[in-house]
Amino acid sequence: MSIKINHLTHIYNADTIFEKTALNDVNIEIQKGEFIGLIGHTGSGKSTLIQHLNGTISPTSGEILLDGENIHKDKTKLKEVRQRVGLAFQYPEHQLFEMTVYKDVAFGPTNMKLTEQEIDKRVKEALQTVGLSETVYDKSPFELSGGQKRRVAIAGVLAMNPEILILDEPTAGLDPKGRDEILYAIKQLHKQRGITIILVSHSMEDVAKLADRLIVMEKGHIAMTGTPKEVFARVRELEKIGLAAPQISYVITELKEKGYNLPEDIYTVEEAVKALYTLLKGEE
Amino acid sequence: MIRDITIGQYYPVNSPIHNMDARVKLIITFLFILTLFFINTFLGYVFVILCMSAVIKTSKVPLKFMLKGIKGILIIILFTAFINVFMTRGEHILFEWGIFTVTIEGILIAIKMCIRIVLLVVGSSILTLTTTPIQLTDGIEYILRPFKKIGVPAHEIAMMMTIALRFIPTLLDETDKIMKAQQARGADFDSGNLFQRAKSLIPILVPLFISSFRRADELAMAMEARCYHGDENRTRMNVMVLKSSDYKAVVILAIYCIALIILRFLAARFSFIW
Repeated sequence: MSIKINHLTHIYNADTIFEKTALNDVNIEIQKGEFIGLIGHTGSGKSTLIQHLNGTISPTSGEILLDGENIHKDKTKLKEVRQRVGLAFQYPEHQLFEMTVYKDVAFGPTNMKLTEQEIDKRVKEALQTVGLSETVYDKSPFELSGGQKRRVAIAGVLAMNPEILILDEPTAGLDPKGRDEILYAIKQLHKQRGITIILVSHSMEDVAKLADRLIVMEKGHIAMTGTPKEVFARVRELEKIGLAAPQISYVITELKEKGYNLPEDIYTVEEAVKALYTLLKGEE
Repeated sequence: MIRDITIGQYYPVNSPIHNMDARVKLIITFLFILTLFFINTFLGYVFVILCMSAVIKTSKVPLKFMLKGIKGILIIILFTAFINVFMTRGEHILFEWGIFTVTIEGILIAIKMCIRIVLLVVGSSILTLTTTPIQLTDGIEYILRPFKKIGVPAHEIAMMMTIALRFIPTLLDETDKIMKAQQARGADFDSGNLFQRAKSLIPILVPLFISSFRRADELAMAMEARCYHGDENRTRMNVMVLKSSDYKAVVILAIYCIALIILRFLAARFSFIW
């Protein structure tokens, strides 16, 4: 399923003193199966943009096309849109409310009025995807650790079997282990099920490692878009809008200045390790 | 939709009303509300509405914001009107139906009551829209201070109100966020019968309560960490000082009250019911 956004503008509190233009003439096209990294400084409009994609907020002007169809054309179909476009908000664990993990994940599928068997299948599948074992099914979600809670919440969205999954900073406030577990689960989803993923992140390292394409936002419009290599090559521009390239690329630049012969476009630790290894081996 | 609620909302512009001392504004609003119950003629209400329009104009807050508060209590207004129209006994009966009697007196009282409630709400909106919550609670604390001797915990009341007002927008945002998150999981809040709708609120209320407790806990901890221990020996950053404009406001209020007394006296003298 592809998404196309045409001239999307969103103004909060229009015509009052609190008026704020959050999005200004945004145009994006996202193909089926892409892994998009959405980056931008705080207040650049990322959260507003993703909330448009599943129709939780309506545009002031412009349109959002899902497979060529405007999602606001038929209001009765919004529920279906929300099922197809799964959205996990920032700190999704704040939405947990049920007595047990199992019931909480089942909330979405139950709302879709699926059969009991189908619900059961989806809940188990979703919990397995995020790496939670059967031992937690009957626990209260509030007894779990922060990282586990978040995975339960993400499973709650996954259980609706969305074709597009949008995650708003899924790793914010987690310890390194919790972060790795979540990112791994997301990667698996993209690889195995071919789900289109939009990952909002403040971590350049994460998007460099995972995304096929980056969209950079600044003050409500799209500042850049391209592969991670293309975007991070424009590091000076990124710094101007309060972002940066992954830390490893600064290390590589320093090393190059010191006279080491390394390639330009290294943006992940893995690539750096490989390049340094070849270089050092060659010197021997 | 949830953002439409304007209780305690402050409208940040610079106007003579905004710059007034919060204590003076509080006392004036209180007296203004009292005067509303003193008026018994339409002429009196016209006078009050004129005075109020002048104040709203001076405050530079758009009328739209002032009237927003009425939307929320529309049901109360309609209910009051209904009760007054049908339950007032009087001489000029328009029609009777079972226990319901509609009289001219009833209709007149209903209209007056509605005007009174609307003026009451708009009057207090002027106060909250032109005064920041902090100023407001500081003012309340100051006014309540004399009553401390008889055991009124003035500082604690003010602190509780400050915190409550401070958290209204936070909790509204939180509610908005949780609603959107549950909608993203297919929750439906707008259809079904009353029972189903009440039930559909559980996925919002549970997370909301949990986050309120969490916030309360965090705030209490943060206050303790900064050595908050109530009123004792506490000094203030902004000491309230009365300015000449505040005295002017008091004089204007006095004139307003005298005008109302004269109006009432004239009405009684000429047995004028309008």
